[in-house]
Amino acid sequence: MATFFGEVLSVYSRAVEEDDYDDVEEENEEDLQIRREIEEKREVHIRWCPEVSKAVESSEKLQCSDLIIAVGPNAAGFVSAYILKSEGWTQVGWVSLWNERSRGSTRPDTAPLPGEPGCVFYQQKSCPSVLICQCTCYIAEDQLFQWAEKVLGSMQSRGLTVTVLSDSPLAEYKTPHYMNGNATPFLRALKTSTFTENLPCPLLEQPNIITGLPAAVLNQCQVQQLPAVLFQCFSDVIHPDSVTMETYKPALSSLRKQVKLETSPNMEILQKLTRVNDAHSNLYT
Amino acid sequence: MFVSAEARAPCFKGFTLITPAVSVGNVGQLAADLIISTLDMVRAGHFHTDCLIPMAGNNPYSSGEEDAALLSTNAEVYCRSDLQLAVLQIRTPILPTKMKSFRKTLVSWIKTSGFSRTVLLSSCHAHHRDDQQLLSSPLRYLLTPALRGDAEGTEGTEGTLQSLGWREMERVSAFPGVTDSDRQRLYIPGGGITKALYNDCCSENMSMAVLLLFCSEGDNVPDAFTLVNHLNDWLHLLDKPVQGSVPWRSPSSWRLLFGSGVPPMIF
Repeated sequence: MATFFGEVLSVYSRAVEEDDYDDVEEENEEDLQIRREIEEKREVHIRWCPEVSKAVESSEKLQCSDLIIAVGPNAAGFVSAYILKSEGWTQVGWVSLWNERSRGSTRPDTAPLPGEPGCVFYQQKSCPSVLICQCTCYIAEDQLFQWAEKVLGSMQSRGLTVTVLSDSPLAEYKTPHYMNGNATPFLRALKTSTFTENLPCPLLEQPNIITGLPAAVLNQCQVQQLPAVLFQCFSDVIHPDSVTMETYKPALSSLRKQVKLETSPNMEILQKLTRVNDAHSNLYT
Repeated sequence: MFVSAEARAPCFKGFTLITPAVSVGNVGQLAADLIISTLDMVRAGHFHTDCLIPMAGNNPYSSGEEDAALLSTNAEVYCRSDLQLAVLQIRTPILPTKMKSFRKTLVSWIKTSGFSRTVLLSSCHAHHRDDQQLLSSPLRYLLTPALRGDAEGTEGTEGTLQSLGWREMERVSAFPGVTDSDRQRLYIPGGGITKALYNDCCSENMSMAVLLLFCSEGDNVPDAFTLVNHLNDWLHLLDKPVQGSVPWRSPSSWRLLFGSGVPPMIF
């Protein structure tokens, strides 16, 4: 849609498609074959490293007390800069998937390289019951349910607690008051019925909702009656930044014993993550 | 797949199910919200399926701080046993590739739960009306053969609706202008799965009524009130006061439909 001033806006229409489902009914064998192949190609797979897959095979499910899932650039950056740089965290598996924006499946059997978008699992030698999943790639809407179902399905559900860290722009946060920049970034929480621990931040107020991977994971946990909590960070900075990342610190306070947070972020990592903020070429640099 | 909120699965035998079709202006979904909120319906469980886009939030019908913390998902079932009524609320669009699979899941759940009848709340693009439709009321209904001939009172559901002055959705000519073709078909543009689900229910011999409203996108809250008042004329969910309209209660999640507060400095 073009406005009066000529900008072109991509307007999301709530209307559903026209009455064109008649065609879908009349598909032939070839159409079905194509459909099946596309579905197969878009399937989500979990790959474990040899040591872990052995353990998974013997007991069928992975024994795990805490699963931390970090989705989005700031949450993933927080995990990199505050947790993963300390000793002993190793990559133990990854989720391989293919869609229009994540073409990882050209090499489905190799893990994403450092810095490459993907969903990677990390585990610590000294405390193998904590698993961190860092998710930096795009997951299509039709793959979200499958992702949550497969990841949670591969883990022993007894005694498992799920923590999701996620971020979204402040513009998506609805409040009757005007939000100025002083209050940001801030955390809001959403929990399943079986999660009973105290929260370090307020609950997400209606009419705010969450979508995407965090929503898929929470839905799956809710129906499996797993205790799960989501910490959504609202930030007014477009690119990943250190202040937003620091906001997640209280979210992991209940896991203090299992996951050691560095008091200060790893500068090298932080610089790498926030480099996109830098002005690359202007008149003065 | 229906996942009960309680340890014991609820029994829906003989209940009336009301469910929205995700359609133009989300009118059906808004109307379902009004019913759940006004009748203080209790959440019976989640409709957990891979056919809908995931979504989560806190209790959309909370009345204060105490009951705000309740995770709600993209599709949930609410019920009122004393009224023999259940509402399946759908909060997100159906994935385009999973339309068929969603209908299948829904139909099989309705059948196994033993609902006596299903009411589908839907809407249809207002700009697709023909001249006759333009001049009449914007509300239409459709009944499956199984419900058409049932024995509600002495005249059947169809008779009841006719006596209320309701109009059936017109069938349109498949090839307008071609006089020697008299193929008539159902045409519900913008109705999402309405037509296909109606056809499924016809062939499965299920009792279903479709309530349709012609509307356009925009602020569709008034449309939702129109549709739910119309439904109330038939099902008498709420007593109509002698004067004024039925006191439907908008849920708390309808706040801020048009965005957050504005900066006070601009005035």
